[in-house]
Amino acid sequence: MSHAIAVENLVKRYGRVEAVDGLSFQVERGTTCALLGGNGAGKTTTLAILLGVLLPTSGSVRVLDVDMARERYRALPRMNFTSPYVELPKKLTVEENLVVFSHLYGLRQIRQRIAELAAQFEFAPLLKRHYGTLSAGQRTRVSVAKALLNRPEVLLLDEPTASLDPDIADRIRTHLVEYQRQSGATLLLASHNMVEVERICHQVLMMKAGRIVDRGSPSELIARYGRSSMEEVFLDVARAEHRPAEVAADEVHG
Amino acid sequence: MSGSLQRIYGMVLRHVYLWRRSWVRVLETAYWPTMNMVLWGFIAKFFASNSAVVAQVPALLISGLLLWEVLFRGQLAFALAFLEELYSRNLGHLFVSPLRPMELIASMIAVSFLRTCVGVGAAVALAIALYAASIFDLGLPLIAFFANLLVTGWAVGLMVAALVLRYGLAAENLAWGVIFVIAPISGIYYPVSVLPGWLQSVAWCLPTSYVFEGMRGVLLEAVFKWDLFFGAVALNAVYVAAGVGIFFTAFRGARQRGALLQMGE
Repeated sequence: MSHAIAVENLVKRYGRVEAVDGLSFQVERGTTCALLGGNGAGKTTTLAILLGVLLPTSGSVRVLDVDMARERYRALPRMNFTSPYVELPKKLTVEENLVVFSHLYGLRQIRQRIAELAAQFEFAPLLKRHYGTLSAGQRTRVSVAKALLNRPEVLLLDEPTASLDPDIADRIRTHLVEYQRQSGATLLLASHNMVEVERICHQVLMMKAGRIVDRGSPSELIARYGRSSMEEVFLDVARAEHRPAEVAADEVHG
Repeated sequence: MSGSLQRIYGMVLRHVYLWRRSWVRVLETAYWPTMNMVLWGFIAKFFASNSAVVAQVPALLISGLLLWEVLFRGQLAFALAFLEELYSRNLGHLFVSPLRPMELIASMIAVSFLRTCVGVGAAVALAIALYAASIFDLGLPLIAFFANLLVTGWAVGLMVAALVLRYGLAAENLAWGVIFVIAPISGIYYPVSVLPGWLQSVAWCLPTSYVFEGMRGVLLEAVFKWDLFFGAVALNAVYVAAGVGIFFTAFRGARQRGALLQMGE
């Protein structure tokens, strides 16, 4: 079976700065993978390239067997994305926003789908409210619902629970896990939230300075570093010298 | 420096920092006085030397003004439809959806058409009620003028959207004022022949000059000049092609810089 996401020798350079430096990885269909790393590690850059809104300097990206550099519009209807840093129009109501994006994704039974998501994410009473008047937690729920409108086969999430209180963050994670299990979708999330990664991810790609410095399942990584949590693994990686991705990959697969 | 003065100085400095980084903001301070002076100077010159057209002055001014509004509102509505997505930091969501840039442009054209009809429609009704001056007196040629000016507005709107993609919201004010660069040389209220020779050459490179000359042909001579019409159409084709080309170049540049996910207020 082909991979949902296949990235090979990806490089993104801004002048002399290499934001992404020779990244190669695959994400199996029906799994949840995390891009884990500190600020400036290249996580959001990688997501942006996967979505086709950022052009790579070199390398190839295939999502759902589609070459994103050449045919991204074949894959985009089957993908979606959410980020707390990319907002929805504040002057539109929640319902209006979801209707607009339903049309952009070519949905048929729009009202029904919105009602389903509103019930699932518990924002039905907010449907007539302007998006701009919602709290951060409410906005995140709406934004994640927007990302699920088209029942994406590949869902990219940029820090989906950033700046949320633990209760709402936990609910969002629960919804994402449920969606992934029910739909068999592939999820790729950029995060620095270790609890989140441990709880919902099958695979973790540890990034530092634009490179993958280690990879494996959360339990594998915790065992390899002799630590008790992903948070400790993260600190080890963040404070250590670079480990070449090839070495890390050999350790995982060898 | 006292506390109060220092705080005031700090706030002034905040704007000076902005000006230093944005030639657009500096240009804007001199823009409107210059444009108004040039425009009204030529209007005065035309009427001072053409007593024969005095009887047609109301029709010339009001028709000119309303057709100008078609161009201005068309361009503004187009640019605002794009800016609205930046204000709401929504470009990222749009461009990761299946929406293609050409579809976005088509939607902005539709929005611009609707807003122009509503906006100018109100002014047209008011002109009829207050001055008994109806732009519909132009007859069928009105459709040709209206269509040509709207298309010019879209071409300029595309260029504005491209500049906003390139320079961000620092270029926002262009949406409101850029079209007035061509106002004095489009012959809205006076013929192109009023302009100095070298400026006439520039004027004939603009589709708007052909439209407003055509309008005067209908009002003063009761003739629809096909050569002017086709001149406007041909130039519009060039301007729209240039606008689309510049927009796509800016779009590609934004994709290379990673600006699409970041742009906003």
